[in-house]
Amino acid sequence: MKRILPAIVATLALSAANLASAETLRLLTWGSYAPDNIIKMFEEKYPDIEVEVTFSNNEEMIAKLRATGGAGFDLAQPSHDRIYAAQLEYDIYKPLDLSKIDMSNMEAKLLDGVKENTTIDGGVYAVPHQWGTSGLMADKSKAPDFSGWDDLCNAQYKGKTSMRLKRTILLGTAFSMGEDPFAAYSDLDKYQGILDKVADKLISCKENVKAYWKGGDDLQAMMLSGEIVASETWDSTAYKLFAENENIVFIPPSTGALAWIDTFALPRKGKADDAAYKWINFVMQPEMVKLMSASTGAMAAVKGAKDLLPDDKKAAVNAAFSDEDVQNLKFFANIPPGVEDMEGKTLEKIKAATGG
Amino acid sequence: MTSDAKKLSLLLLFIPFALWIALLIVLPHIGMFELSLKEKIAPRVYEYSLANYKNFVTEPIYWNTLLRTGGVSLLVTFLALLIGFPVAYYIAKVAGKRSKGALFLLCLIPLWVSDLIRAFGWILLLRETGVISTALQASGLIDGPIEFLYNDATVVMGLVYTVVLFMIVPLVSTLDGMDNEMIEAGYNLGGNGFTVLRRIIIPYAMPGIVAGCIVVFMLSAGSYLTPILLGGKNSSWFTEQIYDQFITRYNWESGAAFGFVLLIFTSFVVWLGLKLSGQTLSSTVAKS
Amino acid sequence: MNTSTSVPDLECHQISKNFGSVQAVDQVSFDIPPGSFFSILGPSGCGKTTLMRMIAGFESPSNGDIRIKGQSVLGTPPNKRNVKMVFQHLALFPMMNVYDNIAYGLRCNGVKRADIDRKVGDVLERVALPDLAKREIHQLSGGQKQRIAIARCMVLDPDVLLLDEPLGALDLKLREAMKIELKLLQHQFNTTFVYITHDQSEALVMSDHVAVMNEGRFEQIGTPQTLYHKPATSFVAGFVGESNQWRGTVVDSTTDSISVDVGTGFKAIATPPPGAGLASGSAVTVFVRPEHISVDRAHHAAADASAKTNELSGTIDSLLFNGANSRVLVRDLTGELIEADITLTGGLDDPKPGESVRLSWHAASALCF
Repeated sequence: MKRILPAIVATLALSAANLASAETLRLLTWGSYAPDNIIKMFEEKYPDIEVEVTFSNNEEMIAKLRATGGAGFDLAQPSHDRIYAAQLEYDIYKPLDLSKIDMSNMEAKLLDGVKENTTIDGGVYAVPHQWGTSGLMADKSKAPDFSGWDDLCNAQYKGKTSMRLKRTILLGTAFSMGEDPFAAYSDLDKYQGILDKVADKLISCKENVKAYWKGGDDLQAMMLSGEIVASETWDSTAYKLFAENENIVFIPPSTGALAWIDTFALPRKGKADDAAYKWINFVMQPEMVKLMSASTGAMAAVKGAKDLLPDDKKAAVNAAFSDEDVQNLKFFANIPPGVEDMEGKTLEKIKAATGG
Repeated sequence: MTSDAKKLSLLLLFIPFALWIALLIVLPHIGMFELSLKEKIAPRVYEYSLANYKNFVTEPIYWNTLLRTGGVSLLVTFLALLIGFPVAYYIAKVAGKRSKGALFLLCLIPLWVSDLIRAFGWILLLRETGVISTALQASGLIDGPIEFLYNDATVVMGLVYTVVLFMIVPLVSTLDGMDNEMIEAGYNLGGNGFTVLRRIIIPYAMPGIVAGCIVVFMLSAGSYLTPILLGGKNSSWFTEQIYDQFITRYNWESGAAFGFVLLIFTSFVVWLGLKLSGQTLSSTVAKS
Repeated sequence: MNTSTSVPDLECHQISKNFGSVQAVDQVSFDIPPGSFFSILGPSGCGKTTLMRMIAGFESPSNGDIRIKGQSVLGTPPNKRNVKMVFQHLALFPMMNVYDNIAYGLRCNGVKRADIDRKVGDVLERVALPDLAKREIHQLSGGQKQRIAIARCMVLDPDVLLLDEPLGALDLKLREAMKIELKLLQHQFNTTFVYITHDQSEALVMSDHVAVMNEGRFEQIGTPQTLYHKPATSFVAGFVGESNQWRGTVVDSTTDSISVDVGTGFKAIATPPPGAGLASGSAVTVFVRPEHISVDRAHHAAADASAKTNELSGTIDSLLFNGANSRVLVRDLTGELIEADITLTGGLDDPKPGESVRLSWHAASALCF
């Protein structure tokens, strides 16, 4: 007791001091998007700012912010397609003050794309940070001809493929069937029709799939052990495996890899906006981008990003993408209200169907 | 004066419990219930309605998943009883005083490890390139690798492993209270081993059996990680459904309704089990 | 043991039991004639419970043979032996009512439903509890439970009924009443009862024969009277009934009389054990029961003083009043306390603490081992 009490007092005093002199920047972001070395450098440059990180994913970021009405965090990093509808529906973000962000170095194409997707009533809600793609990967020694989404359902690889039962595979399959799901977002009846076709295809494909992966870890384990030869994947996961086994490469599907952009967005009740802007500008400096990409395995939304990748990642990207592939990228379109529900139902239908 | 003081001290003792119940159980449930009665009309516009419950009833995928979850949980409960009873009997009646404590502790060991780690343990053992498959191949018992993971049997096994302790604890405590004379009297009066088990030991242990079954069934039906991580392509679990509603589909209203459906469903199964076994909550769970 | 021509209900022949290095029962032999009430009396830990568990079949003897109605039961499991047992805590089944408790054994034996009804009714009638069939066990009084436990065994017509200190849990008043009741029940059923107890009054009151057991062996088997008046060993003399005891050495011995120097200057004259001539100088203990000691006021020279061979003087230390069975504690000249039975009438003539008295007893009532 004697030792606990002073400790409590000290803690209280310390937090009081924090309130008074130092700001806390509460980051809500993806695992690996706030590496320790960058945080350390940031805190050295801004000694009065302390960085607190919560790792999460798109769905949980929105759920967390929705639960508090946008409080509890000062900077969030959802993907660009998860801002517009979530803001309309739950009012969890606030518009950015673009004058406080140094955009000179940002890749114009990505910046404009994100701005366009996240402008509501004239306010811009997000700027890009990292981008990457979802596509396929295959062990070239075992599946040399693997090229498109529909190869996951190719009987040649029966029991040797995997996918994640989330919206990406619905969209990819739709593209492989010659549809353009993003175009159909404006006509939900038409989109439902596409989803039904996709569901039929994926249900009949169940037999071909060994198991649905749930996270990067189980996907890596299945792929490295050779239990599967090909799978739907995030490119960063594929790059990591490439470092372990050069036969495992990321394959942009013939219909185009699906590209996502993780952004910076301010939660509506964030308290440290200035610190958040400082963080944005800090990590978008070229020397930081290099460190960040080493940690995330994804490319930053800055000019010449590929050259800022660490060498091993650069090799993996070069092995995966040709210039044509880059031109062929399909950026995830804004998800209009209601689509998540439709897609969710379709996924449930696939999971519940008794296939293989 | 003294009775006032006594009342006050009783009240003070009761307060933490009352607060716990009120703040952490009753209030959130009221909130959830209110949420479950809302229907989204347009962005940021909600109305009270039963649409979420109607949605559950009209969509076979949902109630099939619920029935599946209930059925598998009953199977898990039954298996846990089948495995737990002999173990509990051994600990309570056969083992010596000293080994009793050690055995009990052994049963507790799995609880020291988190759910997630336990599930990953199973994955390492059971996967196609895992320990068991490799060992079987090395010993020449099988020719090619076998996948033990990703099916319902694995889910059942993982759940039984997780919950069996909660079956053993109440069983040990009831069997411990049973005088050995009772069993000997059963033999002495002419009963064989089976008769003694059926007519004396099991009826005597009934409160413990029912208490264990209730706890195990609830835990199993409400578990999330084990069925998700060990389950296969077709292994839907109702809690996964709730998670999806809340997180993936941003449909909190429907998720809340599903939560209540699960609560009502499990309560109903427990009620039915109590009725069928002729026990009451106060004679079983409250006792042990 | 009286010699009966019929086959004994229960015979134990040279049975022993050891748990590891502990010899719990050591070469015990006895047989019990049909229809008698037989008690095994001994202090706790003497092996009597082990002996009973071997008879019931819960333990198997390391050596020797157990025969019931002349048939060895060594290979017979407990549920096949026609020996029933009333347990120390009765072991009635709490989850069944009285009827089901009694019917349990009959059902195990596959008796028909109608016969079960009749037999249960009969046996309840015989233990004088005819209306209790539908009661739950926890609704019964202590005495009722006792009778139901016996009825549950007797309904199966056992060859031998074992009772393992079943009165231990009862309060004193009920225990006294149950002693008599048990004896009556035994008469009524005319079945052999084997009763285990550490309480000598239970054994003496109820039994036809009593075996005194100590450290795994039978010290003596006999009628209660024999054990009391003619104990065969010093353990029996000390354990059964109450005695004043003196340790000493033999100074002179003949076939029917022996002098013992108890070291305080007092020379006790006692009767030697039959057949064992005790040589001078051997260490012995002299036992004298309180009821055999006469107490006289010192200044009254007793008329028949010459007839009593042992005499001691002392002062009354205290009186233990218990009606007709009152007792006086006398401190002799060396400071030892001696107990003697007296009758206190409540008159002025009753002895009082502090008075000088003279104690005397016959050599014939002083036993020496």
